[in-house]
Amino acid sequence: MKYYDKLIFELSRPGRKGYELPNNNFGNDAFSKLPSDLMREVPAELPEVSELDVVRHYTNLSMKNFGVDTGFYPLGSCTMKYNPKINEEVAQIPEFTAIHPLQDEKSVQGALELYYNLQKALANIAGLYEFTLNPYAGAHGELTGLMVMKSYHLANGDTKRTKVIVPNSAHGTNPASAMVAGLEVVEVKSKPNGSIDVEDLRPLLDDTVAGIMMTNPNTLGMFETEIMEIAKLVHEAGGLLYYDGANLNPLLGKVRPGDMGFDIMHINLHKTFSTPHGGGGPGSGPVGVTERLAKFLPNPKVKKNEDGTFSIVTSDDSLGSISTFLGNFGVMMRAYAYILTLGKENIRNVGPLATLNANYIKESLKDDYLLPIEGVCKHEFVFDGLKDKSTHVTTLNVAKRLLDYGFHAPTIYFPLLFHESMMIEPTETESLETLNEFIDVMHKVAAEARETPEKVIEAPLTTLVRKLDETGAAKNPVLTYRHLQAENAKGAAE
Amino acid sequence: MSNKYMPHTEEDIRVMLDKIGVNTIDDLYSDVPQEVIYKEEYDIPSAMSEIELRRHFEELGKKNQRLTVFAGGGVYDHYSPSTVAHLLQRSEFYTAYTPYQPEISQGTLQYIFEYQSIISELTGMEATNASMYDGATATAEAMFMMVASAKKKNRVLLSATIADRVINVVKTYGKFHGVEVTVIPEKDGITDFDAVKEELTKGDVAGLIVPTPNKYGIIEDFSGYAETLHAVKAYLCVNADPSTLAVLRTPAEWGADVACGDGQSLGMPLNFGGPYLGYISCAKGMLRKMPGRVVGATKDADGKRSFVLTLQAREQHIRREKATSNICSNQSLMALYATIYVALMGKQGMREVNIKSCDGAHYLYDALLATGKFQPLFPGKPFLKEFVMTTDLDIKALNERLLENGIMGGLDLGDGKISFAVTEKRTKEEIDNLISLILA
Repeated sequence: MKYYDKLIFELSRPGRKGYELPNNNFGNDAFSKLPSDLMREVPAELPEVSELDVVRHYTNLSMKNFGVDTGFYPLGSCTMKYNPKINEEVAQIPEFTAIHPLQDEKSVQGALELYYNLQKALANIAGLYEFTLNPYAGAHGELTGLMVMKSYHLANGDTKRTKVIVPNSAHGTNPASAMVAGLEVVEVKSKPNGSIDVEDLRPLLDDTVAGIMMTNPNTLGMFETEIMEIAKLVHEAGGLLYYDGANLNPLLGKVRPGDMGFDIMHINLHKTFSTPHGGGGPGSGPVGVTERLAKFLPNPKVKKNEDGTFSIVTSDDSLGSISTFLGNFGVMMRAYAYILTLGKENIRNVGPLATLNANYIKESLKDDYLLPIEGVCKHEFVFDGLKDKSTHVTTLNVAKRLLDYGFHAPTIYFPLLFHESMMIEPTETESLETLNEFIDVMHKVAAEARETPEKVIEAPLTTLVRKLDETGAAKNPVLTYRHLQAENAKGAAE
Repeated sequence: MSNKYMPHTEEDIRVMLDKIGVNTIDDLYSDVPQEVIYKEEYDIPSAMSEIELRRHFEELGKKNQRLTVFAGGGVYDHYSPSTVAHLLQRSEFYTAYTPYQPEISQGTLQYIFEYQSIISELTGMEATNASMYDGATATAEAMFMMVASAKKKNRVLLSATIADRVINVVKTYGKFHGVEVTVIPEKDGITDFDAVKEELTKGDVAGLIVPTPNKYGIIEDFSGYAETLHAVKAYLCVNADPSTLAVLRTPAEWGADVACGDGQSLGMPLNFGGPYLGYISCAKGMLRKMPGRVVGATKDADGKRSFVLTLQAREQHIRREKATSNICSNQSLMALYATIYVALMGKQGMREVNIKSCDGAHYLYDALLATGKFQPLFPGKPFLKEFVMTTDLDIKALNERLLENGIMGGLDLGDGKISFAVTEKRTKEEIDNLISLILA
């Protein structure tokens, strides 16, 4: 197929259109009577294209993308599992997509029931008391959860508690969310095996600590075996435990965060509960808490009344609102469909099979790739680059070479604990055949690194575009079509 | 253990366990303390087939009511061409992750670039990020941007004419982060500029946020605002409905440093409140304070034009607690929605949507006046598609009656105030029917 790289603006021809509206003639010319000094002076240069132009353009763009439906996506920490099609179908039911968020409660009972039931299901799966589904994404959930933490301490008159302990292996959003919530970040070290160093933690726990943010399994995919001790220490010091649900997938069917002593957590519905990542969103980051913290959850909330109906309520104890309405409702519908499809019988196999897949890849590749931490992993694991360091082939090179072979790359250079981190998460939805294909290609790339390293360093060689000038992009930001036109004009003048 | 989403046969599992060197899958959890292993059954329903699932959702859907909408409140029932929803079904778009591997993500990167261009055209601003969660959180982030840019000033003014739901979110963010938020009172339905000037004399104001159109639907006049703020090194942020910017004076034309708002008005389904998107645009000088992802044009090794995430040094995964924001994702698929919608409506259509909404809204306004039961709350103030009336009628009872007839009436603002909105979807017949039901 021909290489396509036009911008929609470049298809534009004055006078062309891609829509028709009914001819409602209200006969009042109201628009033309608006004061001219309130109207825009220069018209927006928007595209003028036909419907077919638009269809072909975006269909062509879609073909320049790699999704879970295209191929294996072993992106660590992102849980790129299959996004079921029936979820997309039921989420398009007009009785849900065409309801206004400010309609009378009586006319949206189905939507409120879904919100309430999903909230209940998540609470059961998490081992917590109550969830808000309002946060829009994982990072938004973290922020909301930390606001709950802060509200709890402030309600106790505990104004000194301003510090949040975050492992140095944590996701970057953890410290950033703490900063936005007005909390100070204190790093706790990891042991060589990646788990939290309890001896380093102990002295940090004083009456200025609001809590700790952790994920378990940690970002190396290893279970924090001392979690019960950590929970005890943090609680004894008056702090709360926050669980970053990015790594919840391996625990489905096995462990509930609440049972490990966590007080607050968020869940990424777009990871564990199969809703599509959408090229970066919309996601959904519900936040769950224990009973004593429930009153601090954000407004508005969905309540079940005694007569079985549902209401939207607000409370004064709440931390306030963090979203305009009830969050990304469309995403919740898909997650709810996934839970109902798997049901209690199948959902308990999700964690174990995700863990089985990850361990299988790890064991199959550790002869060629450096496994810094031995032992059983959970849903993901980290290699520290190729085992043979003499080739000078980096993790970035390997990642780019994988693209040539039709796989998405793993997460690279995270966690920061190793120089050449390569984080692999297969998820439970992949078959043994797919895993074997990936393993074969990883071996092949390792062989290439030994035999023809220049080929791997040059990669990708077969993708639609090759290595990009990222430095140039940052140095001279060209962020709009207008900027691009100015650049082209400058180029023509030179 | 297999299921349609988990393809493992018993034999597969055996092969894999052998490779790993353990006997059972449970052995893979031997490092987990026994006391936390969950041995019970989840308290959720049994697995459903597609047939049962579809039926279940249809039953739930029957408990919702699709209405002919005459309300806004920040969410507008605009028309969206059929093509938009169809193209959004391309799974290469919706099953992709964030475009961290640009060589195989040019589709996502390019539509985000187009989205940034379109929003920048609408706002008139220099640059736009790849989108935020919603209009309210985008406004909160705009507040942080102004505080980060105005050194050592920690107070932001917020006009009371901004929608209450947006103000609430901004206040929450301000309260926790430690930014002081002062709500500027309204006067005759618009921002009290004298009160703004008064606050500016205190020397601690980083910026002011004002809306267009405001929560009453009024198009406010911000002449002199930017000059006054800039004279004391404070910033102006305009929260604008992006659909209306095809015709209304833009944030850039008001001299704003930051523009923000909710993208729902760009044809997005009502979706019971989400997903929509929030947008942030800014002037050149603020670019490196802007939160979230940004896509830039560049070239590949062969000189081909291509697109890439850029200016990442601002972001959380690099800066951690020193980042300007904790935002990681965007509302990418909704940015695609907005892009395709605007591409289809185009230069003419975006204007026509506003003209038809405006004419329809004024038709309803005049018809309500003619009933003798409604008076304008702010007579003479210019509005586009939304306006507020006062009435002695029992608004609750009126809306109940309309609901029985499949209509979402105006929003009850309390004290006999009611807010109506009309989009290009509403016909003369629908409006006449609304009036006759009101008079019934």
